[in-house]
Amino acid sequence: MNVRPIHNGRGAIDIADVVKSYGSIGSDVLAVDRCSLSIPSGEICMIVGPSGCGKTTLLNAIAGFHDIDGGAITLDGRTLCGPGRPQASIGSDRIVVFQNGALFPWMNNLDNIAFGPVVQKRLTKKEAREKARLLMADAGLSGYEDNYPGELSSGLQRRVEILRALINEPAVLLLDEPYRALDALSKSIMHEALLETYYRTGVTIFFITHDLEEAIFLGHRVVVMTSRPCRPKKIFNIDIPHPRRYDVLTSQRFRELAAEISATVDEEAIKAFTLGDREG
Amino acid sequence: MAEAATAAPLGRARPYDLAQWIAERFVDRSKRRAIVALAAALALWEIGADSGAWLGAPLPVLGAVPAPHAVLAAFAKLLHDSGYWQSWAASLLRVAFGFVAALAVGVPFGLVLASYSAFRGAAFPVFELLRPIPPLAWVPASIIFWPTQELSIAFVIFLGGFYTMVLNVVGGADALDRRLIQSARSMGASRVTIFQRLILPGVLPSIGVGMEIAIGVTWEVVVAAEMISGGGSGASASSGGGLGFFIWNSYVGGAYPDIVVGMISIGIAGYVSSALVRRAVIRLAPWLKRK
Repeated sequence: MNVRPIHNGRGAIDIADVVKSYGSIGSDVLAVDRCSLSIPSGEICMIVGPSGCGKTTLLNAIAGFHDIDGGAITLDGRTLCGPGRPQASIGSDRIVVFQNGALFPWMNNLDNIAFGPVVQKRLTKKEAREKARLLMADAGLSGYEDNYPGELSSGLQRRVEILRALINEPAVLLLDEPYRALDALSKSIMHEALLETYYRTGVTIFFITHDLEEAIFLGHRVVVMTSRPCRPKKIFNIDIPHPRRYDVLTSQRFRELAAEISATVDEEAIKAFTLGDREG
Repeated sequence: MAEAATAAPLGRARPYDLAQWIAERFVDRSKRRAIVALAAALALWEIGADSGAWLGAPLPVLGAVPAPHAVLAAFAKLLHDSGYWQSWAASLLRVAFGFVAALAVGVPFGLVLASYSAFRGAAFPVFELLRPIPPLAWVPASIIFWPTQELSIAFVIFLGGFYTMVLNVVGGADALDRRLIQSARSMGASRVTIFQRLILPGVLPSIGVGMEIAIGVTWEVVVAAEMISGGGSGASASSGGGLGFFIWNSYVGGAYPDIVVGMISIGIAGYVSSALVRRAVIRLAPWLKRK
């Protein structure tokens, strides 16, 4: 029932018993504790949990932005971080798209997208720009090549940023609430654009969100995390077949799932609220 | 709606409205305000300066200042005076030299401070200790340890711009969004690439702000330094000493309208150089120009 579209066989993430704490000795904050999660190649895995529960910490660990204190993270069987590899590694096989965007303000959109292949010396500047131009055309962003990111709406910026990630042909996209700041209408446009991209590339997507509707609409699975320390509380299979269109939002099954998942999320949210955790 | 908008001007096409229309068309509201304010200030100055004649006793401050018409007359005369223009040239050269030196030393120093925490730990306290010393307090020491008076003036001007540049560069680098650097790293950028394509352009706006402030400080310092040190080598009554010396010399010689001319000249010089710097900054960092 859970249709997995074409995937390239890459991008299977295995998170095993990951532990990560912050702060100095004695006053540690345990952000992630014995967290295990397997994401098969080509899955859209939606991560939902209370604010400050440690989801972003987990994402940063996968990205290689910081080390972990225990456990291991592997990508397609290769250890990214863990035993035998204490130093976190950053690689263009998994690229992060941040909440408020991290396009380079001083490069025009075309050069932003062409950045990766050029600095990796995989393509010449000319080739990279040509490829970027094609990607923009495919995504319906032609005409914005010479604009600076600051001249675009935040929705368009996010789409440029996803193209900037995709041009590197990553195995995994790590999205940290990328559409949080968007209004509902732009959000639904972004969702369809993201799915369309996904159907073309089959890239594995690790997507953090607070928006349950977004999580159910996009995901093969929705993982509800416990409030700090972060660990999967319950995993929901979203058995609505892909390719999905926006009309599934009004379907019976969608509403059932939403009710079920929101009950689980509320439990954790209340726990987090009474603990007095802040956004973090 | 569009029809009503085009019909309105026709409806009030009297001569009086025509004048208003021209004013609106050619001078926008903020410019009109500036012109009116300037004219009012000049009128007040003119009346105040003549207060001795019509009040019997001169008003404080205003009554002691040469009247605008006297200043204008002095200015007209000075326009043909080569010494006046030499003063301009001398000050301009010093400002340019000190400003460029402050840029050339301040920007790399700031970047190194921002990039290497060990160096910052060692150098920043010394920098912060020296910074509150006003550049002008360095004049005597500067005269002692530089071989020529011209160099000592240049050094003092340099100091004026240097602190501003360094602080702005460090501030700009600290404010850079870490995520930009993280993204670049995840896309495979090397340290050199990150420096060239992220840190440098990222700090550029702060360098621009620093430049705008520094050029102003530089003018303040040059004038004071010229007054104190006697205008550098070869200063005579009406040449070579720079605008600061020109003012001081006019004071000593009792040519009071010339003092005001000198002051206004510096105002113009500062205004023009700030505008030029601002333009250069926008040219260097075109992404800042967005609406």
